[in-house]
Formats: sequence, C-alpha cells, structure tokens
Amino acid sequence: MGEGLDWGSGAYEALVKCGVRQIAYVPDAGLSNLLNLCKQNKEMTSTLLSSEEEGIAVAAGAWLGGERSAVLMQSSGVGNCMNALSLIHSCRFPLLMVITMRGEWREFNPWQLPMGQNAGGYLQRSGCIVHRLIDVDDSAETIAGSAALAFETMSAVAVLVSQKVIGVKHFTKEGIFD
Amino acid sequence: MTDFSKSALSRRDVVQEILCRRGDALVVAGLGSSAWDCAAVSDCALDFLLWGAMGSAAAIGLGLAQAQPNRRVLVITGDGEIVMGLGSLASIGGARVGNFALIVLDNEHYGETGMQPSHTSGLLDLVGLARSCGFTQAQEVTDINLLQQSIPIIYDEPGPIAINIKVKAEEISRVLPPRDGVYLKNRFRSALGVEEV
Repeated sequence: MGEGLDWGSGAYEALVKCGVRQIAYVPDAGLSNLLNLCKQNKEMTSTLLSSEEEGIAVAAGAWLGGERSAVLMQSSGVGNCMNALSLIHSCRFPLLMVITMRGEWREFNPWQLPMGQNAGGYLQRSGCIVHRLIDVDDSAETIAGSAALAFETMSAVAVLVSQKVIGVKHFTKEGIFD
Repeated sequence: MTDFSKSALSRRDVVQEILCRRGDALVVAGLGSSAWDCAAVSDCALDFLLWGAMGSAAAIGLGLAQAQPNRRVLVITGDGEIVMGLGSLASIGGARVGNFALIVLDNEHYGETGMQPSHTSGLLDLVGLARSCGFTQAQEVTDINLLQQSIPIIYDEPGPIAINIKVKAEEISRVLPPRDGVYLKNRFRSALGVEEV
C-alpha cells in the first residue's frame, strides 16, 4: 500500500500477545502486512476461506477446542456473515473480527458503497460490538482492547480499519495501484 | 414412516455403527436430522450438535480440528447442510487438516422442511467434489459392507476424509438434544478440559 500506514505490525503484536492461535481470512490488499506476519508465525494456523461466513464457524470451532482466533476480511464480506453470526450469539462464543474498509472514503468503485457505508451498522444490528481504527498509532491498543473484550466477556467484537489507515486503492486502465 | 428412496441404509443405524467406535473422537453434527441422530445414539458431552447456522458444521469442525490436532474430529451432517457450505470443502482441503473426517448422511432430500429433493438427488457428486477440493480420501457408501470398510478410514487414515453415505429418505422419530447453545458449548469445553477459570 503505497500511501498506507503500517497498522499491521501493531495489530499482529497485539494478536500474538493476547494468545490468538488461529486466523481465518479472505484476503484483502489492506490486510497484506498483517496476513504475512501471521503466516510467518509457526505457532499460528492461518486458514484461507472461500467465503467470510466460514470464518465465523472456524472461530467457534477453535474456541470449542480451546484456542483463541481472529477472523480477517474486507468490509464487503460482512454481509456474508449474518446467518453464521447466529451461531456466535446463540452459544455466546467470543469472536474477534478485523475488517479492512472499502467504500468508506475516497472510493473509486461505487459497488463497494452498499457494504462499505453500512458494514458497521449491520454488525451492530446483528449484536456485534464495533470499534473503529482511524489512527495508525492506536493499532495495537485497539486490537488488544477489542480482543480482551471479546475473549473475556464472550462477546462478538469487530474492529473496522479505516481507509484513512490502510490507504486508498487507485485503479486505472494501466493497472491497480495501492 | 415414508420412504422416498431405494437405499437400504437407515441413517440412525449408520450413525450408531460409526459412533460406537468413536474412542475419544470429537463430533460436530449439522442442523436437523443429523443432530437428532447423534442425540439418539450418543449422549456425549464431546458432541456439539447444531440447531442453526446451516452450512457451518464443516467449518466448525475445521477450527476444532486445528485446535485439537491430536484428536479425531468427525463432522456428521446432511446433504442439504453441506451443500449450503460447499466453499468450506475447498477451505478444508486447502488446510490439509489430517485429523478431520466429514460424514454426509445423504438422503438426497431436505428432511426438516418436507422432503424436497436436494442437489444430490440430481447431478451433484459430493465425492468427486471433495476429491477435487483436496480431500485425501473420498468415498461413496451405499451398503453395509462399504460402511464397515469406511469406518477404519474415518478414524485412522490421514485426512481430510469425506465419506458420503447414501441413506433412506425416511422420517424417524426426533430425539432432540439440549437446545441451549451456551450449555452445549460449555459442556463440550469442560469435557475436553479446556474451560478457562
């Protein structure tokens, strides 16, 4: 991400510190750094998902087996998770989601707006606590605080990482420039 | 009791046959008849039986298997339930999760909603799909001999394993497990010894 800030290192350190042993993800450009750091950690299992709702189920399974996990996705994937979230709420599974935003600010693709502008609202309406990461300096603290809330109070917590933090994607006929 | 198909295997007998040899295996059962079958033959704290989140059973098993690599994890679910989460087969194959076995009780119908036909009554080949997704073994079971042969594979062979068992489309008496999800979760974690203080 050319003009993006490195929020991933702080987020990664917070995930390790709070004992997250599995991440389940659908890739996003904004998640690249965090995903690479997690994949390099041999103590952590990284699971590539076909669709985001699988991540909710993987997180529930990991908790049943005694492990903390995090689900990583882009904002467009939030809508895919709605029915799966019933599992989290019905059983009071803890859930930590890290969601990189599109369609929120300086977006070039109008198709990103329906989810980008409403992801936070949908998550709240479905019973999730929503925290926003808008300043890169708060990265570690926001993830650490959200993880503590999720795992210690058996809550579903989503951290929405602002496009102001991850950088704006530029898209031209010549190619995609992050 | 209405019988819509020609398979001779009865789903509850199949589940009984598999689970009576479970040892210390962990079980996730999908929404509907599969959960009722498990409740009927096994009242075990190490069964996590779903009342909702259709399409999620296999991915729950994936997270569980990765957290408990020394235990066998069985996901027992129906054709309708697995079809709703087909993408998870690619995720499970890609994860190369060796202690995972998927058992589909395939009656080719949606049993809880009035026995409407599912895709497996048509062209969908779940065994071929599982193989394409990277499952190490994928087999179709259509009679008692094949079922007996599949049981050592389910418990002992390196996974991920998929066994698609054609069963009668029959309506059997419902044996309902506890429906409080928090209770099922805590019971499971306590029995596994991972409950945090």
